[in-house]
Amino acid sequence: MTHGLSIKKLNAWFGSKQVLKDISLEIDPFRITALIGPSGCGKSTFVRCLNRMHEVVPGAKMTGEVWVGDENIYGPGIDPVLVRRQIGMVFQRANPFPTLSIYDNVIAGLKLGGGLKRKEADEVVERCLKMAALWDEVKDSLHRPGTFLSGGQQQRLCIARALAVNPGILLMDEPCSALDPISTARIEQLLEDLKKDYTIVIVTHNMQQAGRVSEKTAFLLNGELIEYDGTTKIFRNPSSKLTEDYITGRFG
Amino acid sequence: MEHTSKTYEHELNDLREKLLLMGGKAEEMIAQAMKALIANDETLARKLIEEDREVNDLEKGIDQLCFNLLALRQPTASDLRFIVMSLKVVTDLERMGDLGVNIAERAIELLQEPPLKPYIHLPILSQMAQKMMKDALDAFVTRNEDLACSVLAQDDGVDDLTHSIFDELLRLMKEDPHNISRAVRLTFVAKYLERVADHATNVAEMVLFMLKGEDVRHQCVEPPPQ
Repeated sequence: MTHGLSIKKLNAWFGSKQVLKDISLEIDPFRITALIGPSGCGKSTFVRCLNRMHEVVPGAKMTGEVWVGDENIYGPGIDPVLVRRQIGMVFQRANPFPTLSIYDNVIAGLKLGGGLKRKEADEVVERCLKMAALWDEVKDSLHRPGTFLSGGQQQRLCIARALAVNPGILLMDEPCSALDPISTARIEQLLEDLKKDYTIVIVTHNMQQAGRVSEKTAFLLNGELIEYDGTTKIFRNPSSKLTEDYITGRFG
Repeated sequence: MEHTSKTYEHELNDLREKLLLMGGKAEEMIAQAMKALIANDETLARKLIEEDREVNDLEKGIDQLCFNLLALRQPTASDLRFIVMSLKVVTDLERMGDLGVNIAERAIELLQEPPLKPYIHLPILSQMAQKMMKDALDAFVTRNEDLACSVLAQDDGVDDLTHSIFDELLRLMKEDPHNISRAVRLTFVAKYLERVADHATNVAEMVLFMLKGEDVRHQCVEPPPQ
């Protein structure tokens, strides 16, 4: 069961530099929400605040609330490790564990919990690789290293690994920026398939990708949320002149 | 603000200029065709029929430009609306050029017989239709929503005058069957002018779409406040 996310007055800093300013945003469940904006606008910091990864950076701090269902993930007594299990993350560069096999990469997160039986692990590996649309390509080479795969396959392996811990919410930070168009299309189709079970937030520099995959788009600029609306509205007729200038390529 | 890509900016400007050039030519064809009709000028009428090729060439050039922009630039927001508008408007402008040719053809046919009656209402109708065309194109150039709205409001006047011209021509046909061939041709001319006004309305609607991002077609539009 997935939930949406309700972000209230989120502020974030690296040292004394404020990188997110008072962002409030409702992310719908079972939908794909895209975050767009120029480099350094705070997109990545924003998603990293959504599963408590921002705070692990030395000197980083944040204020505000992020509600998942009826729970504030920054509330007292909340274990950040459990938060990250519930809210998975896929990064820009595919990062399979280089010493682990494809099989062990998928169950790496589950193994941390301990007590994983072989039969159970087999099921998880098959289910997650199928969900990540990678099973058919790797089912005969599950025990080869994860790095043996192509870039697009590695990224889908990372998605399978993120899915294995059964998160309700998936954060993706430019998951396709290092991939060719075919691998990109596969991942985009995968997002479409996953949407029925997951809430997905995707950071992308590729505005056409935001247009293709998301229902809603948020535009961030200099740490501020400039506009958040239906993706069709944003790309056909945005309300803000700043959004208009950015998406049409009029900047700088 | 300009696009960061100068080439893209240049391509959009090129499209804008071509569209204006085509609109100007179509506008001129209607004006000249009416002049040929009223002045019984066969040479001018024939020259116009030839000139339609230029409008047709512009149509093809603009279509190509829009097609390339869509394929290569993935335009969004106001750029996307401008290109979509251009693709639709170009058809209206080309049809206006054709209507200029049709008027010129009827003018040549009408030269074979003495004038049925002095031209009074047709020139007025033509001026009304031409004003709508001019306003629609000006609204496009100056990005003027009110002016585009005013074009929509002007269409009713054109329809009313067209109907009274029909009634008058019908009366002349009933009075004397010898009037029929000329009266029918003049009826066509009135209908062509009424169609010009309809195309001008389409252009104005698309200008509003470009400016506001809203589809205002097939709605009753109130005239703008004076």
